[in-house]
This record gives sequence, structure tokens and C-alpha cells, in this order.
Amino acid sequence: MLKIKDLHVSYGGIHALRGIDLEVPDGKIVTLIGANGAGKSTALRTISGLVKAESGSITYDGKELLGQPIYKILEMGIAMVPEGRRILTNLTVLENLKIGAYLRKDKAGIERDIQWVYSLFPRLQERSWQLGGTLSGGEQQMLAVGRALMSRPKLMMMDEPSLGLAPLVVRDIFEIIKEINRQGVTVLLIEQNANMALKTADYGYVLETGQITLTGTGRELLANEAVKKAYLGE
Amino acid sequence: MTQKKSKKGAWIALIAVLAWLGLVFALDQLIKPTDKLGMLLIVLQKGSVYALAAVSMNLLNGYTGLFSLGHAGFMLLGAYTYAIFTIPDKNRDTVYQYFHAVVRFSIPEKLSQGMGGFGTALGVLIALLLAGLVAAVMAYLIGLPVLRLKSDYLAIATLGFAEIIRAVFQWSKLGPVTNGSNLLKNFARVSKFKLELGGTKLSLSTFVPVLIATVSITLIVLIVNSTYGRAFKAIRDDEVAAEAMGINLAKHKMLSFVTSSFFAGVAGATLAMVLSIAQANNFKSAMTYEILLMVVLGGIGSITGSVIGSMLFVAASEWWLRGLDSGSFLGIEAPGVFRNGFRLVVFSIIIMIVVLFFRKGIMGEKELPDLFRRKKKAAPAGKEAAE
Repeated sequence: MLKIKDLHVSYGGIHALRGIDLEVPDGKIVTLIGANGAGKSTALRTISGLVKAESGSITYDGKELLGQPIYKILEMGIAMVPEGRRILTNLTVLENLKIGAYLRKDKAGIERDIQWVYSLFPRLQERSWQLGGTLSGGEQQMLAVGRALMSRPKLMMMDEPSLGLAPLVVRDIFEIIKEINRQGVTVLLIEQNANMALKTADYGYVLETGQITLTGTGRELLANEAVKKAYLGE
Repeated sequence: MTQKKSKKGAWIALIAVLAWLGLVFALDQLIKPTDKLGMLLIVLQKGSVYALAAVSMNLLNGYTGLFSLGHAGFMLLGAYTYAIFTIPDKNRDTVYQYFHAVVRFSIPEKLSQGMGGFGTALGVLIALLLAGLVAAVMAYLIGLPVLRLKSDYLAIATLGFAEIIRAVFQWSKLGPVTNGSNLLKNFARVSKFKLELGGTKLSLSTFVPVLIATVSITLIVLIVNSTYGRAFKAIRDDEVAAEAMGINLAKHKMLSFVTSSFFAGVAGATLAMVLSIAQANNFKSAMTYEILLMVVLGGIGSITGSVIGSMLFVAASEWWLRGLDSGSFLGIEAPGVFRNGFRLVVFSIIIMIVVLFFRKGIMGEKELPDLFRRKKKAAPAGKEAAE
């Protein structure tokens, strides 16, 4: 279980996170919704070690994550699908997947997991020799998810997987998130598309200007008047 | 299935490399340096040195995306290390005529005392590796501060380093080691390399540099195709994504920089071996630009491209266009105005044409095997479209 306690993060003078508390129980899908600039991405980047925190604590299975290098956090089983996918455009699909398994040394396991990712995303297998940059937006998102899965994470964090994708493709992506979760991977999801995110998630957190303002199960938040007004446009 | 395929590919590559070395060995025996085709040998010697230099630069600039312009500096380090440790003792004083040489230790000579010809060869190999190591250690020290910089800033810093190295090596206070601004000569060089088989002497003067370059380039190919190579490419494509996948940026950039410099050092040593002299003044930044030009002409991120680029560059500048300067080209007598330096004008025009029409270089990012693979892949793609 991932536990965040009173986390403060500042970026170049801007106090981006003002003491947030958050829990991601094992085996669940948790979503963090909020407007642009609310600090959602900062939270994910701090968990994965890309950004340094000011104070507070982030523990995973009781172990402190703050101050650990990125690769240690990845080795603990926390992987991230970065915002904007960040596919390696001049590497083939297969090479992209292998990069995802960079820290692993078990060759047979890597080979097996490539087949596992291919079974989740048959489209990637068809295009395994294509360069990452030649894929469509949806396929790139699949590749980004597949690449993160290659590190065999216990917790996968996704930063706006629906960004810039057609509504039908967004639905596919959320189906995949559910499928990955059914296979035992905990998911922490950041989304602007609050409607889809809350329908998919077990728990939701609403983040506003660096503070958590609301929490509840996905259903509760969907029914909440304030959430409806601010994020669902009703 | 893919494993079987790559095994087959490795065998084909090995056979091709051996055939190439065999061909060069045969050419070395068949062509005399004084023949009309003698230039071919010189082109092969210099071309293979530049090919190695270009490929090692490509490892850094093309595969890791670190734009560094310090190559001539590392080659200089390699050339001097090699020369200093292979000058025979009896020649020391004539070479260091204005200084009292401090290093009085010739590795090939020491080893030949116990093991004869084999010892000399081993000594040359050790001196060559030492040349690479000195360049690599220097790269590590320079890399600590410099690799924090990005793109143009890194290029400027490395360029500055190369110029400083050149100036330091010409400094008269260091004369007892580097011979100041005078050249180093009389060390183990290709024109002296011979293989004696049953009384007949076989020339190795082209075979040795080509062998060194071929082995080194093969090693670089293996690095590029390994997990490390993939990490380098990931850093080039997207540093943030690479970091998020657990790739240690600082460590891998350093690894690429040090490896590239090691092979630059070996290339510098081989160049000294080919030219029979080592002089700091030859390793100006213009040399780095020449090598960069070969990399760009061949295609940034293609090893085959770098090799083709350097071979064409050397062949054109040393051989095919030589006639322009002497007033005749391909048998045509040119007017007197074309003499002296006209070769460089024509050469520059050719380069401009190549850059205009092959934006990504001759090979782009493709390698030799890709050219065969693409044909096979084109067929099923066409079928898909038809359905």
C-alpha cells in the first residue's frame, strides 16, 4: 500500500503541493482528479522520484520513498506512464518494450512478459518492428503502458492516459486499465476526464491548488454536487 | 525463432568480416606502394583510421545524442601515448634532440628481447591499448564537470578541452615527455610491419590498420546492439523517459563518453602508426570537423554510414580529386588557374550537393542489414493494403 502523509513540494518558488494525504490500497484503482495546475502531475513525479519533496513522507509497504533514486523506486515495483506518453520515437516498438525492462536481469522472464504485453495489446505485436514515432496516438499510449508493465510493477501510475485521444480510443484505454488491474496491478490514475476516471476507479481524490478537497469512492464523487459542477460540467 | 535468426546473422557478419580482412591482406601483397594503384593502399590505411574515429564519434554524437567536439584532443592523447612508448631506445636521443627524454621505455622493444617478433607485435598491441586507456581516463576526468552541460554548451566545452590539450602538448616545459612542438618519429609504424613466412616477407602495412579498425568497429557494433546501446538511444530520444525507466543518466553518458574516447585514442594511435609521425599541430579542431563531416555525410546514427562516409571522404580528398591540384583531372588537362587548392573548392561543392540531396546522410539511420530487411518487409505491407 502506498501512503502519502502531509507532502509539501515546491517548484522554483511555487508551492505546488500544500500538505496532501493520500492512500492507494493494494489491488485497487485510485484516481486523482483536478484542474490544470492543481498539482496532480507534481504528486506523481514526486512519488516516482523525478521531483524532490520539501517535507512529508511517502511510504510504500512501510518503506520510505522520499530521497530514494528513481531506479530504486522502480525496483520496489512502482512504474510510471509519463504524461504525453514519451515514447522513444527512433526506437522500434520491441526496443521500447525492452527499455521498460531495463533494470531486470532475468532474460526468460523478460521474454515471457513481452508476450504478455503482446497478448494485452495485439496491435503492438503487429507493429513490433515499426519505429515508435510512426505509431498513432492511441498505439503510442498502449506502448507507453506496455513499456511500464515491462518492469513488472505492483503499482502503476498513469499521468493523463486519455490526453489527446479520440473518445473511442479513450474507452479502449480505460478497458485496458481495468484489465491490468484485474491481473493484480494496483493503479494510481491522474485524469482530466473526471467522468471516465471516476467510473473506473474504486477511490477518488479531488485536488485543488495543491490541497485535497474531497475524497470518496468513485460512485460517491460522481454523485457529489460540487464535483458535478466543477468537473463533470453539469 | 528470432534467436535463431540473429545467430544466423552473426555467422554471416563474421564470415563477411573475415573475407574483408582476407581481401585486404591479399591487396597488401599484390599492390606495391609505387604502383599506379598504390593510392588504394593509402586510402585503405587512412580511410580505416578515419572510419574508426568517425564510428567512435557517432557512438557519442549519433547514438547517445551528446554533441561533443573534443575528438581531435583524444586522438592526440592516443597518438602521443603510442609514439612515446614505442620509440626504440637507440632512437630516443635523435628524436628528442632539444630535450632530455624522460620516458626511456619501448614496450615492443622490451618484449621482443624475450619473445622475438611475437613480442614486438604484442608490444604494439599493448601500446595501442594504453593509448586508448589514457584517452579514456582523461575523458573520465573531463566528463565529470563537462557532461552536466547540454547540446551546444557541451560542444563548446569539449572543443576548448581539445585545444587546451594541443597547446599543453606543445609546451616546451613538457618537452622531455612530449618533445615540445617537434614531431615524434622513428616509432613502430606500419611500413615496418612484416610477416616472415618460410623466408618470404609479407607486407602488413595496410592489413594492420584495417585489422585494428575492423576489430574496434566490431566491438562498437556489439556495444550499440547491447542493453547499453539501447539505453544510449533512449537517452538520445528522451532523457525524461529514459530516466523514468530507471536508466542512470549520468552513468550512461559517462560510459558513452569514455568508450568513445577510448576508441578515439586507439584511432589516434593508429593514425600515428600510418603517418609514421605524431605532432600536436596535426590534431587541430579542423580534424574534429572533418570527422564530424564524415559522420554527417554517412548518416548520424548509422555505423555503416560512418564507414562509407569516411572511406569516400578519404578516397576523394587523397586520390580521386588529387589530379585537380596538379592541373589534370581524369586525364583532362585543366587550365592553370585551377591549380593549387582547386581540389578543395570542388570538394566543398560536392559536399554541399550531398548535404542538399541526402538530408540525413547517405545511409540515414539505416545499417547494411536493414537494406536487405526492408525488401522482405515491403511485400506483406503491400498485401495488407490490397486486402
